[in-house]
Amino acid sequence: MKPVHGGLLFLAAGASPPLLAAWEVNLPIGVTAISRSVHDLHMLIFWVCVAIGVVLFGIMGWALVRHRKSKGFKPHKFHEHPGLEVLWTLIPAAILVFMAIPSAATLIEMYDRDEGDLTVRITGYQWKWRYTYLDEEIDFFSNLSTPQNQINNLTEKGDNYLLEVDRPLVIPAGKKVRFLLTANDVIHSWWVPALAVKKDAIPGFINEAWTRVDEPGIYRGQCTELCGRLHGFMPVVVEVKPEAEYQQWVAATRAEAEAAKSAAQAKDWTLAELMARGETVYQQSCSACHQAGGEGVPNVFPALKGSAVVTGPIAEHIEVVAFGKTNTAMQAFADQLGAVDLAAVITYERNAWGNDSGDRVTPAQINQALGKE
Amino acid sequence: MTTQTYYVPSDSRWPIIASLALFLMAFGAGSLINGLGREGTSPGLYLLLAGALVMVVVLFGWFAHVVSESRLGLYSAQMDRSFRWGMGWFIFSEVMFFAAFFGALFYVRVLAVPWLGGEGEKGISNQLWQGFEAHWPLLSPPDSAQFPGPRAVISPWQIPLVNTLLLISSSFTATLGLGALQEARRSRAAAWLGITIALGLVFLSLQLYEYHEAYTKLGLTLHAGIYGATFFILTGFHGLHVTLGTLMLIIVTLRLLKGHFDAQNHFGLEAVIWYWHFVDVVWVGLFLFVYIL
Amino acid sequence: MTTATTAEGSQAAHHGPAPGLSRWLFTTNHKDIGTLYLVFSLSLFMVGGVMALLIRAELFQPGLQLVQPEFFNQMTTMHGLIMVFGAVMPAFVGLANWQVPLMIGAPDMALPRLNNWSFWILPFAFALMISTLFMEGGAPNFGWTFYAPLSTTYAPPSVTYFIFAVHMMGISSIMGAINIIATILNMRAPGMTLMKMPLFVWNWLITAFLLIAVMPVLAGVVTMMLLDVHFGTSFFNAAGGGDPVLFQHIFWFFGHPEVYIMILPAFGIISQIIPTFARKRVFGYASMVYATAAIAVLSFIVWAHHMFTVGLPLVGELFFMFTTMLIAVPTGVKIFNWVATLFRGSMTFETPMLFALAFVVLFTIGGFSGLMLAIAPADFQYHDTYFVVAHFHYVLVPGAIFSIIAATYYWLPKWTGRMYNETMGKVHFWLSFIGVNLTFFPMHFIGLAGMPRRIPDYALQFADFNMVASLGAFLFGFSQLLLIYNIVRCVRDGRGAPARPWDGAEGLEWELPSPAPYHTHQTPPRVD
Ligand code: HEA
Ligand code: HEA
Ligand code: HEC
Ligand code: CUA
Ligand SMILES: [Cu+2]
Repeated sequence: MKPVHGGLLFLAAGASPPLLAAWEVNLPIGVTAISRSVHDLHMLIFWVCVAIGVVLFGIMGWALVRHRKSKGFKPHKFHEHPGLEVLWTLIPAAILVFMAIPSAATLIEMYDRDEGDLTVRITGYQWKWRYTYLDEEIDFFSNLSTPQNQINNLTEKGDNYLLEVDRPLVIPAGKKVRFLLTANDVIHSWWVPALAVKKDAIPGFINEAWTRVDEPGIYRGQCTELCGRLHGFMPVVVEVKPEAEYQQWVAATRAEAEAAKSAAQAKDWTLAELMARGETVYQQSCSACHQAGGEGVPNVFPALKGSAVVTGPIAEHIEVVAFGKTNTAMQAFADQLGAVDLAAVITYERNAWGNDSGDRVTPAQINQALGKE
Repeated sequence: MTTQTYYVPSDSRWPIIASLALFLMAFGAGSLINGLGREGTSPGLYLLLAGALVMVVVLFGWFAHVVSESRLGLYSAQMDRSFRWGMGWFIFSEVMFFAAFFGALFYVRVLAVPWLGGEGEKGISNQLWQGFEAHWPLLSPPDSAQFPGPRAVISPWQIPLVNTLLLISSSFTATLGLGALQEARRSRAAAWLGITIALGLVFLSLQLYEYHEAYTKLGLTLHAGIYGATFFILTGFHGLHVTLGTLMLIIVTLRLLKGHFDAQNHFGLEAVIWYWHFVDVVWVGLFLFVYIL
Repeated sequence: MTTATTAEGSQAAHHGPAPGLSRWLFTTNHKDIGTLYLVFSLSLFMVGGVMALLIRAELFQPGLQLVQPEFFNQMTTMHGLIMVFGAVMPAFVGLANWQVPLMIGAPDMALPRLNNWSFWILPFAFALMISTLFMEGGAPNFGWTFYAPLSTTYAPPSVTYFIFAVHMMGISSIMGAINIIATILNMRAPGMTLMKMPLFVWNWLITAFLLIAVMPVLAGVVTMMLLDVHFGTSFFNAAGGGDPVLFQHIFWFFGHPEVYIMILPAFGIISQIIPTFARKRVFGYASMVYATAAIAVLSFIVWAHHMFTVGLPLVGELFFMFTTMLIAVPTGVKIFNWVATLFRGSMTFETPMLFALAFVVLFTIGGFSGLMLAIAPADFQYHDTYFVVAHFHYVLVPGAIFSIIAATYYWLPKWTGRMYNETMGKVHFWLSFIGVNLTFFPMHFIGLAGMPRRIPDYALQFADFNMVASLGAFLFGFSQLLLIYNIVRCVRDGRGAPARPWDGAEGLEWELPSPAPYHTHQTPPRVD
């Protein structure tokens, strides 16, 4: 943000500006045309309110000082004045009309529905975002990457504490990017202040939003609709790259995905390897609910330690993890994790925390269960 | 100016016992419902029944008390007006209760279902439900595996039409009953009220039959997607209100026969008739928006 | 002429209250019931306040220190619910119970037994609600706005009890409101026409209307939730053709009028207190009444301003933006009228007046931020951040709560027959005033800087102001001990109060001796 505005706001609050160097106290101006008009609207209405406040509280303060009994002031008798009363109905109304016009204009601009240069589907999951580039065959999840130790105050917190992810959304600068927002489970809300885009992601429906960012850079935001336990740990990071770099990124991402897939599939995984990989996947994708030690949360998230499903037939176990349970927080992981990760996490569950079944579930078994060879 | 007395009732134990009864019912119903589908019987059912029993006792005790006070002539014209205001506003609150359900019905019909089917400003949502088409009545919901839609819906021109005629005529007979009482023709009034009750009972039986058909023949259930949901919440709460109304009619008719009301003092009866008219008006709305349109 | 009798005949009317506990359990006396409501409200204010302090303690620093996220969410939810339904609403109903009959010259409420029932439902309802904290799976954790499907498909099992508790609170409020309307419309002393009623009574009349109109809608929406959770319906599930946003529409159709339910009685209180201490009749009585009515009517057509980001169609967005902005006009009329009442009055600054003046200024600040929120494109940035939290605490804490405190100081001499300690009252005021602003003003900044609400942990740039807010909250919270102490001292050994302790006070309640006798206005006064 620009310190000037912050300073003014702060002055209005009655404190001294130098204090404020590191403090952010005002809406960011942002990096899009829309975010700038929103900021202007914000400042405009803010000053309108300040002006009304100054006049109003000024008169009130003056009366409080001057018209006191202790100063021997005698009360006047007037208690009505139709003219005045009409006046202070009409003036605020006029001010509001004056405010309503630019507001409506900005709103209409935001609702512009023209096709974009690029469309990304954003899906909210408990508690991560999924970005699907509809024309590019790119599809990935974006998880919080702040280590648990920082959250638990065991290590020093990094600069982007809670505002960092493993894989940000990458978009090209100067292009109109259309977002189609939806959710997999509960309502989430995707917000990046610098873009002035905040839109709810509602399960079963699609909301549209768009942006055109001028300056390349990294912009951070958060989920802003209460979505359960880890609502506060669901950041949004957008990386805006110049067009050429963006194209490189697209190519690299696609190639990488292909390579990882074939490499993983070709390999013959040992139990130990699966366990190691499974633990990582588990901590990343499952521990938010089932807890790091598999103990679950009573009556909310079942314990996997000693669970009948986890210690029972493999087929049913795969079924639950791959397809989830409809209408529960247990998501279908088949479209989130690859066959290797599924195999690994299932193997891990079956052997960790004293479940010690000795079972090894292979990616091939998973592919078979999912009906793809 | 005449001197009126304003009656301030003495202390009463009924309210707090009634609150306890409500609590037992709420807690019992909660445990009962939460225990549904689990093994074993939960104590919820017993709590619920105990609460309901206490409530019935309270209602009888409380009303008996009010009736006896009223018959002792303790009440004034002003008191009577208080009761009238009270009943009137109570009915208004019921109107708003139904308004919420009607609002839901209009919202899904006019906005949500078309959006899911690809029409209107959020029609793009159809991407998530490929192949889904918006119709009303909604026979195949977006995810028909999870919410298998009804095979057909109820034709308005059979039972519902009969029911409409029944309820509308019952409103007339109720009014005739009141009129008769105001002319001090008590047995005539009782006869009209008897007919009203009979009409109400026939209505309820037909509704039950319709529900039975819906569940067994049409696949129209609570699980049948939004059509079933709105259908049952509206007709269901209406049916509950008719049941309550019929019970109250029975009670006031019995009181009439016992000579509790005369041509001047009969607000208890009048209030029930107001309620009956309200239930009737709601039905007309239902017939129009749930069955016909 | 009307006189009052009780069941045992007219002598009993002169009896005092029943002895012992049964006085409180079985009473039909509006003063006793008023006291019950007020004590209940104060207790729940403490419970909700302690939860707020837990929230503030967790947010004192970044990182998770005291509580786990799931418990934090339960605290936020219960804090909101308890403050709204357990502290503010019952306090206003308690004030109505005490004051409305006194102010309109009625012997009691119109339906005294129903009155007792309305009260006694509340402790049971909150026992049910609070007991969910000890249930497996924990208390409701989906926010006081309980949006589906977080509150349906994904809710902890305790949601069932929550739903029934809401039903009970609804029954209580509706019956209470019916009673108040019947009392005001039917029991005024001869000569007291509607346009002569004190403004407190007028505002409560309109509030009661709002209550009767919207509490049933809340009951309706929780019923739909119950069916979705347990009986397989799909109101809020797109898979069956429903819509999660439908929940929000119905909820806010209740919710927005609900916030005015929490402010209109406050307006009434301020309209009593300011003229008293300015020693001058309230300015623009008629326009005050019309403004209140206008606010109430408008409140039914603005609900979706809480939903600007859910993806409403453009016309909807514009409609709700414009109607919401309109509410500033009648509210402004009220503010201006109060200032005009002060103007050229002859003012003194006893504790009730101090709280009333702080109300005028701080509520207006809360109203201004409300107006900023009403600007839909700007609300895209503010929505669900601490800016909203700042807005509604400004209208609720130095708004609703200050008005309740002001009313308590103002009428305490009438209720108890004794004076509270004025110096302590003033100290309480200043500590509260400073505490409230320290707590909630910085929330504007962190909200604008981007801190979402309902999070147990936050990014580092929000740290400083969060710390200030937490310190302020503890200051504000603990200063309330002074209020409690002052009330207890006043009841037990306060200096005797005259019938009219405030020399500018006008109205029927001040014609009565202090404390007001157990049965008052048995022969209605004539009002000219
Ligand atoms: C007592 C309760 C109360 C009151 C009185 C108000 C009053 C107002 N509120 Fe507030 N509001 C809440 C309680 C209240 N609110 C709560 C609890 C929430 C959050 C709920 C949740 O999500 O949990 C909320 C949220 C909320 C939102 C949603 C924000 C969001 O979630 O994104 C909006 C948006 O429009 C809003 C607007 C307003 C407006 C325009 C008023 C107006 O009535 C204010 C009018 C007053 C003035 C404007 C000041 C005086 C006027 C003048 C001096 C006249 C001249 C002025 C001008 C012309 C500028 N409120
Ligand atoms: C009238 C309503 C009301 C009132 C009075 C308050 C009062 C307070 N509120 Fe609250 N608040 C809400 C209504 C209210 N709130 C609502 C509706 C929400 C939204 C919930 C949601 O998101 O779902 C909310 C949310 C909310 C949040 C955001 C939580 C989040 O988003 O996660 C915070 C954070 O600071 C907060 C703080 C406070 C504080 C510090 C007070 C203080 O003013 C409280 C001070 C009072 C006391 C401390 C009690 C009195 C003290 C005594 C009698 C002395 C004895 C006390 C001790 C010994 C400790 N409130
Ligand atoms: C957002 C919360 C959440 C996440 C993340 C999650 N689960 Fe679950 N899981 C649940 C819930 C809730 C259930 C219970 C469903 C029910 O009601 O039957 C469940 C059930 C299960 C079961 C069945 C247990 C039993 O005893 O019934 C298994 C196995 C399981 N999950 C494995 C996993 C694995 C593996 C992962 C990660 C790859 C995972 N879960 C991630 C919420 C979650
Ligand atoms: Cu996702 Cu909050
Ligand atoms: Cu609102």
